[in-house]
Amino acid sequence: MRHLRVILLLALALPATGCGRLEPSVRPYERGLLVDPIMHRDRDPISSSYIRHVNESGEGARGATGDTSGTGLGCGCN
Amino acid sequence: MNSRLFVVLATCAFMAPATADVLDEDRVDVMYHVYEGGGETIDGPSVLVRKKFADKYAVSASYYADMVSSSSIDVITTASPYKEQRKEYGLGFEYLRDDTTYKLGLSHGKESDYESNAAQAIIRQSLFGDLTTVSLSYARGWDKVFRNGDPTFSDQVDRSVFGIDLSQIATDRLIVGLAWEAVTEDGYLNNPYRLVRYLDPRAPIGYSYEPERYPRTRSGSALAARASYRLPFRATLQGEYRYYTDDWKISAHTLYASYTIPYGDSWIFDAHLRYYTQDGADFYSDLYPRQNFQAFLARDKNLSSMNSQTVGVGASYQFIMPWAHFFQKSSINLKYDLITYRYDDFRDLRVRGVPPGTEPLYWFNASVIQLYFSGWF
Repeated sequence: MRHLRVILLLALALPATGCGRLEPSVRPYERGLLVDPIMHRDRDPISSSYIRHVNESGEGARGATGDTSGTGLGCGCN
Repeated sequence: MNSRLFVVLATCAFMAPATADVLDEDRVDVMYHVYEGGGETIDGPSVLVRKKFADKYAVSASYYADMVSSSSIDVITTASPYKEQRKEYGLGFEYLRDDTTYKLGLSHGKESDYESNAAQAIIRQSLFGDLTTVSLSYARGWDKVFRNGDPTFSDQVDRSVFGIDLSQIATDRLIVGLAWEAVTEDGYLNNPYRLVRYLDPRAPIGYSYEPERYPRTRSGSALAARASYRLPFRATLQGEYRYYTDDWKISAHTLYASYTIPYGDSWIFDAHLRYYTQDGADFYSDLYPRQNFQAFLARDKNLSSMNSQTVGVGASYQFIMPWAHFFQKSSINLKYDLITYRYDDFRDLRVRGVPPGTEPLYWFNASVIQLYFSGWF
C-alpha cells in the first residue's frame, strides 16, 4: 500500500512540474528523423506483446519489458 | 502520507502546462502465430483494435488465443501428451490531457486449469518540451489455479507490479530509455502437475518422483536500459540490456540488438539478436539426494541455470487497398525467430541406462512464426 501511495503521489506530481515549459535542447523541427516509425521500439504492439509472452513463458525473469498492453503481468498461465 | 501535501499535488496535477501530445493512430492488427519446439506446438489467432475519439480518448480491445499440443520433455517423462486451449481478452482506455496520458487496462484469461484477471493503470507525462517521457504504472493480478482431474484442488495467486519507465530524446538521432519494474507474487506459484526426482536405490531406474513445492511468495525486480539510434541513411539500430533479480536467487541478464532498414517506399526489413542467461533458483535441483530433501523442491527447467539465443528476421510490406477505402494504409508482416534453449542443470531423462545425474543436459530449438495484417484507418 505504501508503494501504491508513492506511485500515486509521483503520478499526480508529474504534470505539476511545469518542466514542459523549458526550452528543449533538440527542437521540435530537429526531430524529423526520430518520428520515423522505424525508430519506434514498439512499432507493432501485437507483435511485441506476443514475443514478450513467448520469452516470459520460457525464462525465469519478468518485468521491465516496456509492456503497456494493459496487463503488465506476464503470461498468466501455468 | 501528509494528506495536505497530497491534496496540493493532486490539484497541481490538473494545472499541467498547455502543450499538446497525441495519442497513437487508429489501427487494427490480425495475427496468426505459431510456436514449435521442445515437443510443443502452440498456435492461434490474435487481434488488436484501437480507436481514438475526439483526439483525447482512445479505446482498445484485444483477443488472444492459443491451442497447445504438448509432448514436451516434462510430459513425456512424467505424464501423457495433452491438448488444451487458452483465451485472453483485453480492454484498454486512454485519456489525453495536454502532455499527460492516463491509461487503464483490464484483461481476463482462461484455460482449463488456470484463470487470470488483471488490471493496470499507467500515467505517462511528457516533460522538457517533449524531450522526456516518464511513465508510472501499477498493475494487479488475481489468478486462480486448478488441477484437471482433481475437482477438490483450487488455489490462487495475487500479483502486484510497480513500474517506472523513462524515455529521453538525447540528440536528433538518438533516443535512450530506462525502465524499472518490481513484481511481487503471493499464492500457489508452482505447477500442480510437475514432479521433481530424487535418488531412490529401490527404483529400477535409480530415481523416483514426488510433487514439487515452491515458496508461496516471490519478489523480483528488473532494470532495463535501451537506445534507438538513427543511422546516417534511413536505418535504425536498437539495443537493450536488462538485469533481473529476485528472492528465489534467480538473476538474469538479457542483451538485445536489432537492425531495421526500409527498402523503397513499401518494404521494411528487420534482423535481431537476443541473448538471455540466468542463474537458477536456490531451491532448484535436477536430482535431489533423497525424498523430501528440503522444504522447497523444484524441477521446472525455467528455474534452472540456463541460457537462450534468438536469431530473428522480419519483413513488412506496406500497401494501399484501392477497394478498401476504410483503410488509409495497410501492411502485411512476416517474422521468424529461431530460439535455442540450453539448460545447465536440467538433464534429458529420455536417455535411460546411465547412472542418475549423468544423462546429457537438455537443449532444444524453437521456431516462432508471426504472420499479421495491420490496417490504419
